[in-house]
Amino acid sequence: MPADFISNLYVFILAGFVGFEVIRRVSPLLHTPLMSLTNALDAIVVVAAIIIAGRHETRLTTVLGAIAVAASFSNMVGGFVITDRMLRMFKSGRSKQS
Amino acid sequence: MNPLALQQYLDFAYIAAVVLFILSLRFLSSPASARWGVLAGEIGAALAVIATLFNPELVQYKWILITLIVGAGIGVPLGLVHMTAVPQRTALSHAFGALSAAMIGIAEFYVGTAPVTRFQMGEIALEVIIGSLTFTGSVIAAGKLQEILPQRPIVYRGQNIVSLSVLGAALGLAVALVVNPAHAMLFPVMVIVALIFGVLLVTPIGGADMPTVISLLNSYAGFSAALLGFVLNSKVLVVAGALDGSSGFILSVIMCKAMNRSFSNVMFGAFGQVQVSAAGAKEERVVRSATPEEAAGILAAANKVVIVPGYGMAVAQAQHKVRELYDVLTKKGIDVRFAIHPVAGRMPGHMNVLLAEADIPYDRLIEMDEINGDFPQTDVALIIGANDVTNPAARSDQSSPIFGMPILDVDKAHTVMVIKRSMNPGFAGIDNPLYYLDRTLMLFGDAKQFVGGIVRELGGGH
Repeated sequence: MPADFISNLYVFILAGFVGFEVIRRVSPLLHTPLMSLTNALDAIVVVAAIIIAGRHETRLTTVLGAIAVAASFSNMVGGFVITDRMLRMFKSGRSKQS
Repeated sequence: MNPLALQQYLDFAYIAAVVLFILSLRFLSSPASARWGVLAGEIGAALAVIATLFNPELVQYKWILITLIVGAGIGVPLGLVHMTAVPQRTALSHAFGALSAAMIGIAEFYVGTAPVTRFQMGEIALEVIIGSLTFTGSVIAAGKLQEILPQRPIVYRGQNIVSLSVLGAALGLAVALVVNPAHAMLFPVMVIVALIFGVLLVTPIGGADMPTVISLLNSYAGFSAALLGFVLNSKVLVVAGALDGSSGFILSVIMCKAMNRSFSNVMFGAFGQVQVSAAGAKEERVVRSATPEEAAGILAAANKVVIVPGYGMAVAQAQHKVRELYDVLTKKGIDVRFAIHPVAGRMPGHMNVLLAEADIPYDRLIEMDEINGDFPQTDVALIIGANDVTNPAARSDQSSPIFGMPILDVDKAHTVMVIKRSMNPGFAGIDNPLYYLDRTLMLFGDAKQFVGGIVRELGGGH
């Protein structure tokens, strides 16, 4: 078993616990924005896509990488835009009156 | 700069991005700080993307820049969709995320600079299978939510056996590739089989089960990104994928509990089974109906009103009329609150977003567990387009397919009013005894028009 795998497994398990503890605290009120925000964060796979597309090894890998860049970057941009739009709408009764 | 030092700077940028991602989710714990979460996420993502553009491995920028522009060109309109379209947009973004992860995994298989070891082959195969099935599954889910595809469950005999054999075939091909990675021609076959499995997985699932399915696909998309991190040895992907995956997983568990379904029941796509048994003995029972005038009169005489929104409110786009009703009742000194069932609508939190869009303050939106004790002291429970989540059979009737599902105890309110198009049963096809109670009044009509009618009556009275 490669050494990289073990260190990645450590990171994965710890990040999973952090995720669980942080997300548990998110109010059900915000579950829809939570999903669109985690989607935008997950779109960080764009960094891997950029490397595949930019290394330009074979035509096939460049095409696959290019599709991946477009797909994940659209998620990143769209995810942040819609999350912000949604969160702007949530107002408490007090802030509305003032 | 020498490449090694540069690599270290890039790693620091990724670490900063990961910290910002975790903070981003942390800020989401309260609606007051939530927008900071978006900002933290944006800074983290921008940092990581810009750092990556300095990666010395990149030799050609043309396609990167073109596809970034194309991606932004697709992403911005998808970020500006109407709030009622949020469930299908979310499903589509799971599809894009999974597509991206699958494409990178496939590219990694064909890069061929270093010979693929068995271990790497296993990682790649698993990653590509999950990415592919999540892609097609999410596309089907988005199609159902957009109503391009029928929302009802599409079922046939032996479905689970067929679906599981297809999954088995994909995994079998993966094993064959691990045993001998040189059988490269098996790889595209495996991808196609996994794509087919995604279709089979989601097609049988009905619209009412979408909150669970979307959460589950969310979790799959996250875990496929994390697996990709293993394949590429990229910690930033492992962390982001683990965060997204655990978020989707937690939401799936919450949705399962709110529908009284076990997790394995969900995993094997056995939804929709419920629908079959429904149309049993149908005796003629009396329902009482009322006009907007009568409904307005009862509401005006109340002290405490609880409104229960459901998918029907979203379909009729009635949230703004509901807001008008909220305003006119509040002005009369009536206490109006909203009871939110976790699976009301088509995705977790769906009702909250629609009501927030209509400018209803979020401290008026009350979760099921918190509001259920208040129904006996409630004068009027007004149900707008919700059905199964108010069905008292879930509490009392052991033969009901939804027996055991936690519901909103609206039948304990003094008066129950139900806005509904007709007596047709809801998506799950289950009869609702609530409608035949003495204290229940049925308000037949389109939710938007009916609520509008009540508002006119109330406005006209004063």
